[in-house]
Amino acid sequence: MSRYFTQDHEWIQVDGDTATVGITTYAQSQLGDIVFVETPDAGKTVAKGDDAAVVESVKAASDVYAPASGTVVEGNPALADNPALVNEDPEGEGWFFKLTLSNAAEVEALMDEAAYKDFVAGL
Amino acid sequence: MSTINQSGWRPTSPEKGEGSSDTFTGNRALMLEEPLIFEIGSNETTGVDFGEAPSGKSRLGGLERAKPINLPGLSEPEAVRHYTRLSRQNYAIDLGLFPLGSCTMKHNPRLNERMARLPGFADVHPLQPVDTVQGAFEVIHQLAHWLVTLTGMHSVAMSPKAGAHGELCGILAIRAALDAKGQQARKVILVPESAHGTNPATAAFAGFTVEDIPATAEGRVNLDALKARLGPDIAGVMITNPNTCGLFEPDLKAISDAVHEAGGYVYCDGANFNAIVGRVRPGDLGVDAMHINLHKTFSTPHGGGGPGSGPVVFSEALTPYAPLPFVERQGDHFILVEEETAGEHHAGSFGRMVAFHGQMGMFTRALTYILSHGADGLRQVAEDSVLNANYVLRAMEDVLDAPFAKSGPCMHEAIFSDKGLAEGFSTLDIAKGLIDEGYHPMTVYFPLVVHGAMLVEPTETESKATLDQFIGAFRSVAARAKNGEPALKSAPHHAPRRRLDETLAARKPVLAYKDAPKAEAAE
Repeated sequence: MSRYFTQDHEWIQVDGDTATVGITTYAQSQLGDIVFVETPDAGKTVAKGDDAAVVESVKAASDVYAPASGTVVEGNPALADNPALVNEDPEGEGWFFKLTLSNAAEVEALMDEAAYKDFVAGL
Repeated sequence: MSTINQSGWRPTSPEKGEGSSDTFTGNRALMLEEPLIFEIGSNETTGVDFGEAPSGKSRLGGLERAKPINLPGLSEPEAVRHYTRLSRQNYAIDLGLFPLGSCTMKHNPRLNERMARLPGFADVHPLQPVDTVQGAFEVIHQLAHWLVTLTGMHSVAMSPKAGAHGELCGILAIRAALDAKGQQARKVILVPESAHGTNPATAAFAGFTVEDIPATAEGRVNLDALKARLGPDIAGVMITNPNTCGLFEPDLKAISDAVHEAGGYVYCDGANFNAIVGRVRPGDLGVDAMHINLHKTFSTPHGGGGPGSGPVVFSEALTPYAPLPFVERQGDHFILVEEETAGEHHAGSFGRMVAFHGQMGMFTRALTYILSHGADGLRQVAEDSVLNANYVLRAMEDVLDAPFAKSGPCMHEAIFSDKGLAEGFSTLDIAKGLIDEGYHPMTVYFPLVVHGAMLVEPTETESKATLDQFIGAFRSVAARAKNGEPALKSAPHHAPRRRLDETLAARKPVLAYKDAPKAEAAE
């Protein structure tokens, strides 16, 4: 299992041809208190870079992009009632959706944890 | 001793150090606690005594209301006091400086009000015979002439009712023009990051796809990025000038030329027209459509003080697609051009924005403002609004980070960021601190391109003395945020309510009044 990061502050955890997607600790700290999350329906196909979910904080509403192409397996059902999970555990319990990847090689263009850390430090 | 104080009245100085005492009512002298209107009065009370309605056979067929509707029952003094008490907890331009950036909260002259209340303007009905409202039509026609002249445009649709409504009007005219040319494939509207937040919403609502154009480090539109994106799918661009960073877009003519060459149209958001009225004509910069907020630049009431009004000026290219109706002059008579009477000038009109002519009361006020200033007075409005904003900018730049201070003078508004505040302190804390100082806060967290943005627009109607007092308060609150003074985190301390939990309000919104359990709910 390995985890990759995008420049738009999504993370994707890849396990074979399935993957879990969420937003990073840095992203949730910038957004502030999350008040609403809209996750994609199971069966929806997304291409890399497509709008896949919406996250709304007190400050702003943002689109969450699919870090890789695939078919949505499920959205995180816990976020509907408790969007605060994204603030509390963004890179764990606060995941957004799971995907079956259509092209697992796509993630190799993304950053690993060390590279993302450097990227955020430069912002 | 000839006289002795028998009244018992012996004024004394209040002793210092006495703690504040809670009152029985929860009121604090003139600061009154006011319940919801549903929590006062009773079903048995009414402000007006009507006789019993005659009973007759109902024709509602089982749809009659079965339970009492439970409207609040208040006598006239109770109703008057309820709303007067609530109004005292509000802030208004008649109470003080209202520095809300990009909103142009200027004084509403009382002369405007006097003119708007003349019976010939105040008591007219849109369905009255045209011969009986010639004076009102002349006001609309004269105001239209001024707006077209001040903007250097070809025509004006007077009916849109506010800024965003005007944006929609302009964008629908662009859609109609493209459709008439068979260019349905043009589906993308470009919106720079420095544009007003309503612009992308308008374009999306009208069915366009919205794409961002990045800002330069100086806070202006990136011309090269915009040019690079132009092509056969571009319907147009929506640009705000002066923009929401408070900066003039000097490349607007170049932008317009490039967009026109690529077959698109230019919409300009005229919300910030106050900074350039009488100085710059958007028509000369290649703009095809622009709304004018009469409730900003032309001093008609804003928000709760009255309806907005957002006439849209059009270039010659878009004029055939503008919405009806128009007031036109025929000799010494004014006529209303509607669907039945529209000639070939308006053959491509996309329809109507509203049922009737627009906001008559606002037209009268705006024309009064224009005529009482004259062309030279309006030029001075722009100059003084820019001068006042620059005064605030230069008075604050040593305590607050002003990201575009080095881009030259600002226009009508000054922008600051949250850089340099103490750890854990934010723009929100400064805004709340200003409430305690007796000011409505400035626009905060907008535009998005500036972190923790504070956007201050003083307008030209504030005197130097008023600005100095505001600057004193603003500097004091900013210094407290830089020093990390803990008390500021819980401001406001002196408002009718303390700091509200915005997160809870967004996560668990309570949008409907829930009746007390004993009462019957309204259907």
